Amino acid sequence: MSGMSRIVKTMASITFPLTMIYGLYIIAHGHLTSGGGFQGGAVVASSCALILVAYGSVWTMGKIKEKSLSVFESLGAIGFIGLAFFGLIFGANYFFNNFLLKQDIIPFFNAVGTGASNINTAGIIPLMNFAVGLKVIVGLFTIVLVMAYATTKLKGEK
Amino acid sequence: MSIEELFNFLLDHSPALIVAIPLLGAFLTPLVGKINDKVRNAFAILVVAFTSFLVFLLANDILTNNTIRTYVFGAENAGSPIVRILFEVDGFSAYMAIIASILAIAGVIYAWSHMKEHTGQDKFYTLVLLMIAGMFGMILTGDMFNFFVFLEITSIAACALIAFYTNKGKAVDAGFKYIVISSIGALFILFAIGILYSQYNALNMAVIADSITFSFLDKIALVLLISGLAMKAGIVPMHMWLPDAYGRAPASVTVILIGATQASLYGLFRMVFSVYGNVFSSIDVTKDTVINTINSVNSVGWMLIILAILTMLIGALMALKQSNLKRLIAFAALAEVGYMLLGVGVRLASKVSQDITIAGETTTQVAFQGYSATALTGSVFHIMNDALDIGLLFLVAGAIYLVTKETSLNKLGGLARNMKYTTVFFLIGLFAVSGMPPMNGFASKLMIYQSTFQLNPIIAIVAILCSILLLAVFVKVFHSAFLGPKLPSLKDVKEAPKSLLIAMGIIACIIIFIGLFPNLFVENIVTPAANAIMDSAKYITAVI
Amino acid sequence: MLFNLPYIAVVALILIGLAAVIFKRNLIKIVIGITLIESGVNLFLITLAYRGGSTAPIYTATTTEETIMSLPVPHALTLTSIVIGVAVLALMLTLVVHIYRHYGTLDARKIGREEE
Repeated sequence: MSGMSRIVKTMASITFPLTMIYGLYIIAHGHLTSGGGFQGGAVVASSCALILVAYGSVWTMGKIKEKSLSVFESLGAIGFIGLAFFGLIFGANYFFNNFLLKQDIIPFFNAVGTGASNINTAGIIPLMNFAVGLKVIVGLFTIVLVMAYATTKLKGEK
Repeated sequence: MSIEELFNFLLDHSPALIVAIPLLGAFLTPLVGKINDKVRNAFAILVVAFTSFLVFLLANDILTNNTIRTYVFGAENAGSPIVRILFEVDGFSAYMAIIASILAIAGVIYAWSHMKEHTGQDKFYTLVLLMIAGMFGMILTGDMFNFFVFLEITSIAACALIAFYTNKGKAVDAGFKYIVISSIGALFILFAIGILYSQYNALNMAVIADSITFSFLDKIALVLLISGLAMKAGIVPMHMWLPDAYGRAPASVTVILIGATQASLYGLFRMVFSVYGNVFSSIDVTKDTVINTINSVNSVGWMLIILAILTMLIGALMALKQSNLKRLIAFAALAEVGYMLLGVGVRLASKVSQDITIAGETTTQVAFQGYSATALTGSVFHIMNDALDIGLLFLVAGAIYLVTKETSLNKLGGLARNMKYTTVFFLIGLFAVSGMPPMNGFASKLMIYQSTFQLNPIIAIVAILCSILLLAVFVKVFHSAFLGPKLPSLKDVKEAPKSLLIAMGIIACIIIFIGLFPNLFVENIVTPAANAIMDSAKYITAVI
Repeated sequence: MLFNLPYIAVVALILIGLAAVIFKRNLIKIVIGITLIESGVNLFLITLAYRGGSTAPIYTATTTEETIMSLPVPHALTLTSIVIGVAVLALMLTLVVHIYRHYGTLDARKIGREEE
């Protein structure tokens, strides 16, 4: 698809960082308020889709290397499964164990209870939120990008 | 740590590792595929082989000791009341896991040379490993919502694999039909899970089974569960996706897809006999609720028997007029699903009440008839036999397609001169599907015939008739494709490549072994599995 | 009657979605029907979680001891179902794009015939 007018492009460039920060805030505070991996990832992916609609799919496809997208998606998924496997080796020997929660090696992660609203209060759950959020951002953006690019070729053939 | 400790560690954690290692392999495959093609194929086969080794270790422990293993995720115990997700592996789950792992190994070894000239092989191996992880998760889990999530993982990966030949329109249409029917079935199952959660405040299968009563909402949930799982298993009248999906997918995908549909049939067994087990096998006290329960259980059983007979007839009769080889074998697979459902129906339809006089006091006891255990054992044995037979036939069809690039029976002929090994394997598969001795189909079908005859003779006669029709169909296929004069267009076909022959050889050896020694197999492996599914009280007390 | 209104909406959504899947010929309308069924089931799961006069189940926002919170487990079930619905929808639409590119039509009676 081709891009839209200059006013739309300017406003999309201004809105894109604000929406991205809002989405990352939702991902990072997933263990305290509503939100988490998928919700925040969907917000960031919709802001990337805003850029795609405003600038056109041909321009966006030229700016992105597809191989790096696939590598990021794999890294997000491997991070999630890797954290689950680490619970098997360290900690009390159970899969998906929240091994950072009650240990003495890194006392940074030991704060629990009401009134404590920081990022270090829930063990490995914020880290898993980041991994899932990365995978959702890249996955949803790839779906929208490929579909937009495919309709370009479709109109060109018929 | 020593070898002994390593084995104990692997055995203790095997329910989680069996699902997690294919998942990790699926996410590592795009990164490994950047190195080389052969390294990626070898990595996929290594992951599946290690998972099968863990499955055999777990099944050996459970089937010989007759125990149930539970595995809690995230802590040591499940909390009280039970809040954590847990995997519960009993004899029937271990048996289905063995079948799924044999099909997975055959499919992945077959894909080495079957997929050699296609593009997009990275995504193929990732999706195959995801589908295998979803299949094992469905089989091993003890939590209802976890079952739904793994069911959806399997069906999404299977749909993308069925539509793999995107340059042909027919394969993409088959994938679309599959995802529409499969997604509606899964949403029905989710609706039923919501109803059961709202009544009993639990998602664990054992906790629901402990506190279930057969109220009106539970009956609605049972109907939704059976229809949702029947849609995924290809039972008439929701069978339209099965011939298209089995017939137009790549052959290595079809072999693993057989495992996925049988895992949905496993879900039907688990819901009917374990979650609703107290309803269907309980002993009541007062006289009128006993009669009402028996009547409702018997009607559920008869409904399943009618669906099974329709499936067998439609599968066998539609296979007579097909001219595409893979579509014909797909209709034969549809007929075999009917045999598996027949055992469930006969067991439910044979519940009676008898008055027993013990020491001068007359009490009413509710029990199943004697022949229903044989029917269920025959169905459970038939699951394994059907997976092996239909898998072997699809591998042969795939080999023929790879060598001659033809699937229509009108254009094949006289292949026995050049492809000797493939002819022998097709002959073994032919005898096994139609229930001839000395192959394994005979043993399981004999058990089904002799037990359903005692309920109602017409059922057994219809089953034998469908078996004879399948024999006629496959003899015709054998004669037209393999015997006869050589066609000029097929003058220089060679034998199939080595890896295909290895995969077919493994399955054929297992078929002949089971056929020659069925008693060994039935006593040691099938009977513990069937006893485990019939005993719902043991399933509940393992968790609570 | 007023408290049963969400359940009536659930049944209406599921029946309309089923009617669209069974009776419509355009492939896009079949996809929309499946999305309607999925929205109905999600609404059912969320409606199960409500208790009278409850607030959002956030642990660090409790001020007194007697706040009533709605059940958090169906919230997690609904979120998982929405994620699965997004993935299935993306897959179905991609397949529809492929079918249109190959056949040139979106009529369900003209595609996928065996004798071509």
